[in-house]
Amino acid sequence: MQKLIPGTTLDGRTLKTEEFIVRDEPYYEPQGAEIELFHAAYTNQIPVLLKGPTGCGKTRFMEHMAWRLRRPLITVSCHDDLTASDLVGRYLLMEGETRWVNGPLARAVQIGGICYLDEIVEARKDTTVVIHPLADDRRVLPMEKTGELLKAPAEFCLAISYNPGYQSVLKDLKHSTRQRFVAIEFDYPPADLETTIVVRESGLAEDIAARLVKFGGMTRNLKGSGLDEGASTRLLVHAAKLMVSKVSPRTACRGAVSEALTDDPDMRAAINELSSSLFA
Amino acid sequence: MSQRPLSSFELEQCLENCLDAVLSTRRTAEAPASELSAFTRRQQEFVLHWLDVIVSSNSEMGFQFVSHVPEALRLLPVPEVEKWIIHFMDVYDREGLYPGSAAVRGVGLFAQECRIESMAVDFSSIVRVLEHFIRGLSGRGLKLEAGEHVFTDTGHIYLPARLAVFVSEKMNFRLYKATAAHLWAQTQFGTFRSTRNGTGLMKVCAGFPQRTRACRLLNALETVRLNACIERELPGLYLEMMALQRELAPIEYPPQWQPSLHRLRKPAATVQDTVDELRRLFSCRQTPPAAFCFQGDLRLEDTETAMRGRQQQEKRAFRLWLRQIALDLKAVEAARETGSAVRFAASWERAPDPQQEMSLVLQFDGTPIDPPDDMQLLSRSILQDFGEIPHDYLMPAGDAAYPGTSRPADLPSNVWEGSYHEEGAHLYNEWDFRRQHYRKDWCVLREIDVHPSDEPYVDEVLRRYSGLISELRKTFEMLRGEDRIARKQSNGDDVDLDAVVEAYADMHAGMEMSERLFTKRRNLERSMAVVFMVDMSGSTKGWINDAERQALVMLCEALELLGDRYAVYGFSGITRKRCELYRVKRFDESYGEAVKRRISGIRPQDYTRMGVIIRHLTDMLEKIEARTKLLITLSDGKPDDYDGYRGEYGVEDTRQALIEAKYRGIHPFCITIDKEAHEYLPRMFGAVNYVVIDEVNKLPMKVADIYRKLTT
Repeated sequence: MQKLIPGTTLDGRTLKTEEFIVRDEPYYEPQGAEIELFHAAYTNQIPVLLKGPTGCGKTRFMEHMAWRLRRPLITVSCHDDLTASDLVGRYLLMEGETRWVNGPLARAVQIGGICYLDEIVEARKDTTVVIHPLADDRRVLPMEKTGELLKAPAEFCLAISYNPGYQSVLKDLKHSTRQRFVAIEFDYPPADLETTIVVRESGLAEDIAARLVKFGGMTRNLKGSGLDEGASTRLLVHAAKLMVSKVSPRTACRGAVSEALTDDPDMRAAINELSSSLFA
Repeated sequence: MSQRPLSSFELEQCLENCLDAVLSTRRTAEAPASELSAFTRRQQEFVLHWLDVIVSSNSEMGFQFVSHVPEALRLLPVPEVEKWIIHFMDVYDREGLYPGSAAVRGVGLFAQECRIESMAVDFSSIVRVLEHFIRGLSGRGLKLEAGEHVFTDTGHIYLPARLAVFVSEKMNFRLYKATAAHLWAQTQFGTFRSTRNGTGLMKVCAGFPQRTRACRLLNALETVRLNACIERELPGLYLEMMALQRELAPIEYPPQWQPSLHRLRKPAATVQDTVDELRRLFSCRQTPPAAFCFQGDLRLEDTETAMRGRQQQEKRAFRLWLRQIALDLKAVEAARETGSAVRFAASWERAPDPQQEMSLVLQFDGTPIDPPDDMQLLSRSILQDFGEIPHDYLMPAGDAAYPGTSRPADLPSNVWEGSYHEEGAHLYNEWDFRRQHYRKDWCVLREIDVHPSDEPYVDEVLRRYSGLISELRKTFEMLRGEDRIARKQSNGDDVDLDAVVEAYADMHAGMEMSERLFTKRRNLERSMAVVFMVDMSGSTKGWINDAERQALVMLCEALELLGDRYAVYGFSGITRKRCELYRVKRFDESYGEAVKRRISGIRPQDYTRMGVIIRHLTDMLEKIEARTKLLITLSDGKPDDYDGYRGEYGVEDTRQALIEAKYRGIHPFCITIDKEAHEYLPRMFGAVNYVVIDEVNKLPMKVADIYRKLTT
């Protein structure tokens, strides 16, 4: 478990977002030069776009980078009702008067933290425009309602993520947005690395983890032939954790992988057969 | 009731009581009684109850019954035994004593039929699961088909139409799976790879005096090797396969086989080892042991023919990829200048983890090149056949790689070259990738109405799929009802914080307080315009045409509900001078009787020249006002026309037309049923902008579904 500052446990405590400093190193296995790339982008104050399928380690990577750079990490999971004022801030009533309260993005800018907008395409289209002045060399956040400009310090970093695999035309990233970022592509790690990750995350024996990863690869073979996505590393870690808790491998694969991947009975049966081919 | 089984003496007493009339000193109840004593009390009670019933009809039938019921109880579960009783009593009632007793004696046959009936597994019920399963195993799809012989030709796996070997559905399914997996293993672990001196297995077998025996021996030996491979790679499956075999009869190998077994089970064993061992065992006059239940045949002639066809295709595809890479690297021009040939080098990189797939490393002039994913897949298939990339594959394809790219200059169809046909038609440019320029006003396009048909086709489809359509409507209604939150409303279901704060501040400043303080969920207005472009080429004849028409009916039903603006056009034509666009439904037309009649009048025509059609529809869409504009193509294959518009030329022109469309704010998407679409559609439409539907009959259901996914 990661420990967060301040205090030793999180039980029953409320933390302000900017107090989220990752203190213990989050486990992350680099697949390529992504750490160096992010580092260089950070030092040059260029925002970063993380591309990749779900569950391949984008969010973990952000936590890891926040730990390396020793900056607070503010994550916003975007949804389709997220508006610009949800990010920037709004006036609230306090003791009979209105007071401006910064949104997560504004707070991240103020304290020089890392702001990570997860699944940016899910947000309303006008939201993405708010981040434009922050994402080029101006590095300012205009706060329309207060009439102020928030200038980002050198430590501030903007990162967004998006999954290019979605087929919806409404969920595409506009070029005016994507061309402001340094893009890092993520994919499922190669088998040996993925095995290491599964072992490390779950404590499963290495040979079984290797078989589980092989199973993951088999489901990825089915992508495009009836399956929208193959099993992500996250799903494999889930299955591995179930196995460590003494659930039989086949049951674990069924619960964590095949049921999670598809509702099509034939496809599910095929995936179950694949797992039972590997696990006796 | 006591649970103790009745003894043979007690049973004899009971039987004698019932069967008194047909017993004599030579015909006693002793034998059936002693057999019945071995069953449980419950089964005995069952027999005695039915004996009573039967004897009330005929005593002789009763005697026949008790003589055969032990066999029946051994063969069948109790409910099935009851069915057998009803069956022979029926025969007795209908046809009399002799046929009746024959039916009693036929319990073995009845049991067999019964077993087949209840436990058989049909190919059609497992094909989908197993096809996914096989694709999952290695990523290379093999088509599964039911056939007379069980074998693989490396492109297909042929399985029996029905399996009833075991008395359980589960076991029969497993046998299907094991058989498919074994045949998959033949392709995966190089059974058909050339042996040391470059000959295939067919030649090897032909070299033996008794060809059939050699072939059977070869199959048995190869099975040993494949089983070992499966044991290493898929331990769970291996255990299942062995359990199946044990259930029937374990396979015993004669002592002379031991060295062969040892050699073939080594991880490094290849088909060459199998051939060596075949030579050794053949000369010892060995016959093969019984075949494994999942083994299948080796039909080497069929396999060889199919393989040769597939390999040629793959070779061409591989070389085309190389050509593409060479073009990108501008290596072709360089080579032409120096007069040398472009040559690539290929090697395989094996990850340290042996379980991982090998990956292709291409080198050109010593610089490594990262091959595209599709090419990786292709190269894996080639690797499975040859164990390497053969030398002649590494030459990029030449300019004439596509058969039929030469222009048919003096064909009768060129009558259309005259200009009088161009009056009143639309003229469009076409992209020539070799020149990297457009050919000006190259294509002549005309809009024509589809000839309406009088058959009540649409109504029939609506009736036949009424259930499906109502389901479809429901999902689309939900879509329409998707909510968005509207802010600053005068009434609504939640307080709008921002508005309240503003109003409060206004009030304090002495201004009038706004009433608009609520948020309200409101339907999102869909501002969407879509054109469907339906392939009406000759290749859609039959099934596909039918599926396309059905798909259109479903779509129209769904789209009417959504209120999206849409138009439907069919396209076909022959040569650049005669490109035809068939109006089915225009944007400003409503979905009425005329449209319905036109849908049913859609008939296959000639060829598919896609670029010009896309350009025309792009122009049309551009004039429509909508936030999102979609151009959806329903197609069954590559662009193809009579006058050289095929292969790379066709693909590149279509791609160019699609790029133009995208540039003008239109989202193109393609729905195809061409299984080879993965080879060219990513190039034309981009990696995520197309969908391949594997079965034609699913098209109508899928199209509406895809449209829904695409627009939410």
